[in-house]
Amino acid sequence: MAFLKLESLRKAYGEFVAVKECSLSIGEGEFVCLLGPSGCGKTTTLQMIAGFVEPTEGRIILNGADITRLGPSKRGLGIVFQSYALFPHMTVAANVAFGLEMRAIAKRERRERVAHMLDLVRLDGFADRYPRQLSGGQRQRVALARALVIEPSVLLLDEPMGALDALLREEMQIELRALQKRLGITTIMVTHDQVEAMSLADRVVLLNNGSVEQVAEPFAMYEHPSGRFASTFLGKSNVLAGDVSGASVLVGDQELPADLAGMSGAVDYIIRPEKITFAAAGGLVRGQVTARVFLGDRWLYQLDTPVGPMQVIDTNVGLPKAVEGDAVGLVWAAENARVVARGAAS
Amino acid sequence: MTKRLLLPYGLVGPGLLAALALVALPLLLTLSLSFLPFTYADGIGDGFTMANYVEIATDGYYQEIFLRTFLLALIVTGVSILIGAPEAYILARLSPFMRAIAFVVVLGPLLISVVVRTLGWTILLGNEGVINRVLLSIGLISEPIRLMYTFTGMAIALVHVLVPFVVLAVWTSLQKLDPATEQAAESLGAGPLTTLTRIVLPQVLPGVLSGGLIVFALASSAFATPAIIGGRRLKVVSTTIYDEFLNYLNWPLGAALALVLLVIVLVISVGVSRFVERRYKQAFQ
Repeated sequence: MAFLKLESLRKAYGEFVAVKECSLSIGEGEFVCLLGPSGCGKTTTLQMIAGFVEPTEGRIILNGADITRLGPSKRGLGIVFQSYALFPHMTVAANVAFGLEMRAIAKRERRERVAHMLDLVRLDGFADRYPRQLSGGQRQRVALARALVIEPSVLLLDEPMGALDALLREEMQIELRALQKRLGITTIMVTHDQVEAMSLADRVVLLNNGSVEQVAEPFAMYEHPSGRFASTFLGKSNVLAGDVSGASVLVGDQELPADLAGMSGAVDYIIRPEKITFAAAGGLVRGQVTARVFLGDRWLYQLDTPVGPMQVIDTNVGLPKAVEGDAVGLVWAAENARVVARGAAS
Repeated sequence: MTKRLLLPYGLVGPGLLAALALVALPLLLTLSLSFLPFTYADGIGDGFTMANYVEIATDGYYQEIFLRTFLLALIVTGVSILIGAPEAYILARLSPFMRAIAFVVVLGPLLISVVVRTLGWTILLGNEGVINRVLLSIGLISEPIRLMYTFTGMAIALVHVLVPFVVLAVWTSLQKLDPATEQAAESLGAGPLTTLTRIVLPQVLPGVLSGGLIVFALASSAFATPAIIGGRRLKVVSTTIYDEFLNYLNWPLGAALALVLLVIVLVISVGVSRFVERRYKQAFQ
């Protein structure tokens, strides 16, 4: 039973269509990430759920009730904004208490709940500070506390990690995930960071050009991308345009192995760079190393092959396996290659 | 080394000299003038006297004028804030194109010569003026409302020209306001009015204050509008100063009036701004 349901949401600004068609069912307690490049409509979708943007078409059903035309103040959702949007003229405690005050909750209970929530986000002792006296990470936790203290039915996060540096981001991601699990709150997060989406979400909703490209659990989406866009936006991929020929795929004049499952015609042949290994002699494709980049835990190789430029990722286990100019063979297992009809999902 | 040290002084020098010559010196001369004795028989005499200040402080005539001036300034400031602040808020929400047009309209009064603008108001406000004719013809009133040569008339004309200062000051403050704070308040259950009073207003308070202070200072020292619309009957301090200098040739008393006006405006401005800044400390940081 879906807790939050988006039914064919569409948002058009005159000629410009921000969200073409978005349908989604989200279960209670689920953590869903709306992932996509900028301009894909993910923020507009979130704004429609929040109530700040009115959908042109479609319905939003929350817990069985249609909230499509309900004002944002009546929806009872918790929202963490990209800029955090803390009230600069109020203390941390007053910021967090604001939502409770609006619900006319008695002063004493208000104080207790604020203290409890600040404790939960590890900000006890900061109650009397003002937002400008806090660091970025602390501000984000205040924003989170302010959104959670009203016990919202759904927590909406708009690029909450965007303003944090890499180290702090990782720390906050772990903290956010733990908090979300602990409270069991249904959460929708917008992000353009695929690593963030994969590491946090139960399910990733991949958006492109205002439409839903693919909805899947992170691992499933990574292993079985629906097409060229999904495979390149989520992680790296070698996408080769080819045609089905018998039991294999013909790319250029190279035959590549694949599980075809009755497919035919023009296809995209997708192979992840980390699924490819080097072979001194032979190999499915032979190519020449044009560049390599050291990434610490792994090497990224760029190769020129008869089927076009390809990337290979190799775990760093000491010495690099090839240098620029080396001629090498590439091998991969047929089950690691994914073949999708070309243009099926962009 | 010394060259480099002298450079800032060299750059500041001309401006400083101009300020000294054009502001400080006349002010000092006015100050010394205000302590000179005056008789209608002999004109300005020599010596030192507090008589001019004593006259201002004890004569009910001048007290009434000062009271009228500051009441006018206070009302004009209040009305200008009430009109200007919402106007700025609406302006900030217009599309860029509409905003450009609206800005020209808002700043219009400042672009017109003060005399032309004020004479325009006399056409509107007179007993046979446009406003009264319209009100009479639609039957809202049975006889003309007196607007010319009244306090109300002065207030209307002054608000018209001073509102832009509030709009500009508040608009500047609104630029710094994160619109997401309004959305945040709304998502937490606040209605539009609560959002406005609890979230927006405290954040633009510095703009309201500085705009209000400018309007207050300009309204309490305005000359042309009170002179034309208030006329000889409704004197304010600045028109009184003009009369003392040019009609009665009592320069020392005029100088004393000018300095009293200056000091009162200064004290009120600094006092109010100190009070508001302390009371709403967080909005100013």
